[in-house]
Amino acid sequence: MIAQNIGFWIIAATMVVAALRVVTTNNVVHAALWLVVVLSGAAGQYILLAAEFVAVTQVLVYIGAVMVLFLFGTMLTRARIGSDSDLNNSYKKLGIPVATVMLAAMALALIRSFGDEKMPVSDNIVSTQQVSDQIFGPYLLPFWALSFVLLAAVIGAIVLARKD
Amino acid sequence: MFVNQFLFLAAVLFCIGVYGVIARKNAVLMLMSIELILNSVNINLLAFAMRNGSTDGHTFALYIIAVAAAEVGVGLGLVLLVYRNKKTISVDELSEMRG
Amino acid sequence: MRIFAAESEILAPLATGWFLENAWLIPVVPAIAFALIILIGKRLPMKGSELGVLSMAISLVLSAGTAYQWVQRVNGASEEQFVSPVVRSWSWWQSGGFDFGIGQHIDGLSVVVLFVVAFISTLVQVYSLEYLRGDRRYTHFFAALTLFSGGMLAMVLADNMILFLLGWEIMGLCSFMLIGHWWEEDANSRAALKAFFTVRTGDMGLLVGISMLYFAANDWTQANLGLSGFSIRGISAWALSGEPNSSVITIAAVALFIASIGKSGQFPLHTWLPDAMAGPTPVSSLLHSSTMVVAGVFLVARLYPVFFVGLDILGSGGNLIVIIGGITIVISAALAFVQNDIKRVLAYSTVSQLGYMMLGLGAGAWLPAVFHIFTHAFFKACLFLGAGSISHSASHHSFDMKKDMGGLRKVMPITFATWIVSTLALCGVFPFSGFFSKDEIIDNVGYNGYNTFMVVGLIGAFMTAAYMTRATYLTFFGEPRGASAGHAAHDTHDSHQTHDSHDTHDSHSAHDPHAAHDTHDSHSAHDSHAAPHESGLLITVPLMILSVLALGSGFLNATPFGESWERMKLWVEPRASVVFEESKSGGPGESLNLVAGVVSAEDSHSKSVCGSATPEEGVCYAPQLNHAPFKWSKAIMSMLIVFAGGAISWILSMLVFTKRDPRVAGLTSRIRLLGLGHSFLVNKYYLDHFYEKVVVRSVAYPISRAAYWFNQNILDGVLHGAARVTTKLSDWVYKNVDQRVVDNTVNNSAVLTKSVGTAAQPTQSGRVSQYGALLFSATAIAALVLVIVNT
Repeated sequence: MIAQNIGFWIIAATMVVAALRVVTTNNVVHAALWLVVVLSGAAGQYILLAAEFVAVTQVLVYIGAVMVLFLFGTMLTRARIGSDSDLNNSYKKLGIPVATVMLAAMALALIRSFGDEKMPVSDNIVSTQQVSDQIFGPYLLPFWALSFVLLAAVIGAIVLARKD
Repeated sequence: MFVNQFLFLAAVLFCIGVYGVIARKNAVLMLMSIELILNSVNINLLAFAMRNGSTDGHTFALYIIAVAAAEVGVGLGLVLLVYRNKKTISVDELSEMRG
Repeated sequence: MRIFAAESEILAPLATGWFLENAWLIPVVPAIAFALIILIGKRLPMKGSELGVLSMAISLVLSAGTAYQWVQRVNGASEEQFVSPVVRSWSWWQSGGFDFGIGQHIDGLSVVVLFVVAFISTLVQVYSLEYLRGDRRYTHFFAALTLFSGGMLAMVLADNMILFLLGWEIMGLCSFMLIGHWWEEDANSRAALKAFFTVRTGDMGLLVGISMLYFAANDWTQANLGLSGFSIRGISAWALSGEPNSSVITIAAVALFIASIGKSGQFPLHTWLPDAMAGPTPVSSLLHSSTMVVAGVFLVARLYPVFFVGLDILGSGGNLIVIIGGITIVISAALAFVQNDIKRVLAYSTVSQLGYMMLGLGAGAWLPAVFHIFTHAFFKACLFLGAGSISHSASHHSFDMKKDMGGLRKVMPITFATWIVSTLALCGVFPFSGFFSKDEIIDNVGYNGYNTFMVVGLIGAFMTAAYMTRATYLTFFGEPRGASAGHAAHDTHDSHQTHDSHDTHDSHSAHDPHAAHDTHDSHSAHDSHAAPHESGLLITVPLMILSVLALGSGFLNATPFGESWERMKLWVEPRASVVFEESKSGGPGESLNLVAGVVSAEDSHSKSVCGSATPEEGVCYAPQLNHAPFKWSKAIMSMLIVFAGGAISWILSMLVFTKRDPRVAGLTSRIRLLGLGHSFLVNKYYLDHFYEKVVVRSVAYPISRAAYWFNQNILDGVLHGAARVTTKLSDWVYKNVDQRVVDNTVNNSAVLTKSVGTAAQPTQSGRVSQYGALLFSATAIAALVLVIVNT
C-alpha cells in the first residue's frame, strides 16, 4: 500500500505540474509535450487503479495517435514553433476565479460524500477478457453507436480538411 | 489509498482544463485543454470502478478514449479549415456570431 | 398456479401452422424489397417497381395464409376459450441490463389489419404503375411506398412496444418522403414538413407512454408472466390485473392517446391530414385508408386494456377518447362541405370516419371499431383511387370539383360505378359494408350509455351523406366544366394559377395540391391531355376489386342476420376469459405455451370476471365488453337520417350548382351569419392560424424578442445609459458646481462606469472561449449553490 501511495503522489504531482504547464506555456509544441507527460501520468494512475487494458489503450491511442495528430495540426497550421506570446485571451484572468470556484465546489462535494473512505482491497484483477465481455455483452449497443461516431468523424475530418 | 485522492486529482485536472479552455485562444491549445478534461473524467470512472468492484467504468473509459480520438480528429479538421480560410487559428478571430 | 384437472378437459389444443408461426416474414419481405429497390432498382427493366409489387404480393399471400390459419385456430377452440395469440420473440438488443425484444404477436386484431394493409398496399402499387408512369423519381417512390407498408406491417404484428415504436416511426418518415414526393413545389415540401412535425408532436406522447408503462409494469410482468414491461401481452394483463396505480395508468393512457391524436388526425391535431393531399394520389389513398392514420386507432385497439382501465371506459360519464372522437366527427364533416378539392373532401371524410373509430373504442365498442377499420379501408381506398382516376384521365391533373369536373358519369362509367358503390358504403347505406360497421358503432355507443355521443354519431352520419352527395353531384353530374369539358385553356401549366386564385380565401398558403400534379412532366406527353376518357386497366381493375369489397366486406360481421353471420366477432375479438399460465415463460424463440382455463362463472354465462377488477388467479388479456343486440327499428331510423341527408344535399346541390336558383345560390354572400360560418369553415376553424400565428409565435417570437430586447436594452442600455447619465451628470456638475473640487471624483466615476461597460459589453462577443467562460462559471456557481444547499 505504501509503495502505491508513494507512486500515486509522485505521479499526481507530476501530472498537476505538467497540466499547469500545458495551459500556461507560450509554446504550442511544448504544450503538446507537456500534455504527453499528463497523459502518461494518467496511464500510470490507471495501472494503480487496476485497469491495465485501459492504461495500454491510453498509451496507444492518446500518446501514440492523438499526440501525433496534435503535432501535425500544429505544424500544418504553421504555428510559430518557438515561443509565442499571442496564445492567450486578453481576459485570461477570468479563468482563474472560475476554475477556483469550480474546484471549491467539487472539493466540498467530494469531502462530504467520501470523506476518508478507503479503496477496497481486492485480489481479483479486472482482466481484459472481463472488459471485452462487458463491451460485447451488455454494452454492445453503445459500442455500435461509438463505431458510427468514429465513422462519422473519419468522414467528417476528411470532408473538412480536404482541399477542393 | 483513499477514494478521494483519485477524485481530487481528477478534480484538479478538470479545473486546470477548464482554465485552459477559458484562457487559451489558440484552437489547438483549446483542444488540448479539452483532452485534460476528458482524462480527468476517465480517472474518475476508473476510481469508481475500483471502489464498486465493477468493470462498467473500464468499458466507459475505453469509450471515452475512442470519443476523444474522434473529437480530436474532427476538431483538428475544423482547425485546418479555419486556418485555410482565415490564415489564423485564433478562435477570437471567429466572431461572426457576434451579437 | 392452480392446476386445472376438470376444466382443462373442455379445452381443445389450439391449432397452429406454418403461416402463423412465421408471420414475422410479412414485414421482412417489403423491408428487403426496399433495400433492393434502392440498390439495384434503377437498373431493372421496370425501374424497381416490379420488386415493390412483388414484395407486396408475397406479403399479401403470407397474410392471407396467416388469416386462414388463425381462423382455423379459432374454430378449433372451444366456445369460451381464450385463443392465445401466436407470440414468438427474440432478444433484439441488450444494453446495460435492459433487454429489448423483437417478435410477432398474432391475434385477431393483427390478422385483420395485416390483411387489409397488405391487400390495399398491393392494389395501390399496381395502380401506381400506371399513375406515376414516367415520374422522375419513379424508383424512389416505389422504394418509399414499399418501406411505408413494411413499417405499418411491422407495427401491426409487433409483440412489444419498442418494435411498435419502430414501425410507427418508419411510417412517419416514409409519409414525409411520400407527401413531399414532388418537393420542387414549395407547398408540397411544406405540407410534408407539417405532417411530419404535427405527428411528431403526438409522438412525444407515445415515448412518454411507453416508458411509463415499462417502468410501471415491468416488475409485475417479470414476476407473473416472465415477460418484459414492453411486451404487449404483459402490459395488457398488467392493466387488467387491478395492480396498477390508477393515476399512473391514466397518465400513460392519456400520453398514448395524444400519440393517437397526432397520428390519426383527431381534433385538434387533424390539420396535417388534408394538407397531406399534396402527395401523389396513390399515397393519399394508402395513407388514408389502411396505413398511417389507422395506426393511431390501432394503438388504442392494441393496448385496449390500458385505455379501458386508465380512462375508465364503460364507466359513468364521457371519457377523453369519446369526447375527442365525437368532436372530430362533427367538425371535420362540417369542413368537408366547403372544400372544392375532391381529395380534400375525402381527406376530411377520413378524419371524420377515424372519429367514428375513436368514438367506438372510447365507448367500449371495440369490435365495431376494428371492423370499421376493415371496411373503411376498402371504400376509402376506392374513393381516393377513383379521384386519382378522374384527375389522371379526365381533368388534366386537377382536383378542383367546381372548375374542372362535372358530368363525368358518361365518360367514365367504371370510375363512376365504383365511386357510387363506395360512397354508399361510406354513408352507411344497407347493405353496403359501411352500414354494418358504422351503424354498429353508433348502436353500441348508445347501448353502452353514451346517449349524447350516439346523437353525435347520427348527426355525423347525416353530414356524411350530405357532403358525399355534394361531391358526387359536383363530380359526376351536371354539365362538364373546365378541363373535363375539354377546354384547351387548362392544358397550359399556367392555368393552375387560376386555381390558386380561386382558393384565395383559403389563406393557408401551404395548400396547393393542384400545381403538384403538373410536375410529373414527361407524363403529360401521352394521351392524358386528350378529351376525358376512362382510365386504363391498371387503374380500373383495382377500383373494381375495391368496390366489390366495399360492397361485400360488411357481410363478414352482418349483425342483422343473426349470430351465425358474426364471423368477425368470433375470429377477431379476444375473449375475456381468465387465463392460467402453465409455465412462466418460454425461452427466446419459443412460442409461449398457455393453458387456458375457463372459470365457470356463476352469475351469468356471458359475463367474465375480466374487467378492471382483479381476477382471482390467472390473468386476463382482454376486458369483458358488451354487444348491443341488433334492432331493425334503429337501423331504419339511421337509414332515414342518411337518406334525408343525401336528399337535402342533392336538392341543394342542384339548385346551387346547376340551376343557380337565386333563392339559394350565393346565400353565403347575402346572409352575413351564413357567410361568417362559411369563412369560418373555409379557414378550418382558424386552427392553422392559431397554430402558426399564436402558438408558434407566442413561443418562438417572444423568446427571441425578449432575448434581443434584453440584449439591446438591459445589457447595452444599462451600461450605455449608465455611462451616458453619468457623463451628463458629471458634465452638469462640471459646469454648475465647483469644477475643481468634484472634478476628479466625477471624472473617475464616469471612467469607472465606462470601463465596467466596456468590460461587460463583450459578453456578446461571439467568441468561443468567452462563452466557455460564462458557461463554466455559471456551472461552477450553480454547483456551489447545490453543494451548499444540500448540507
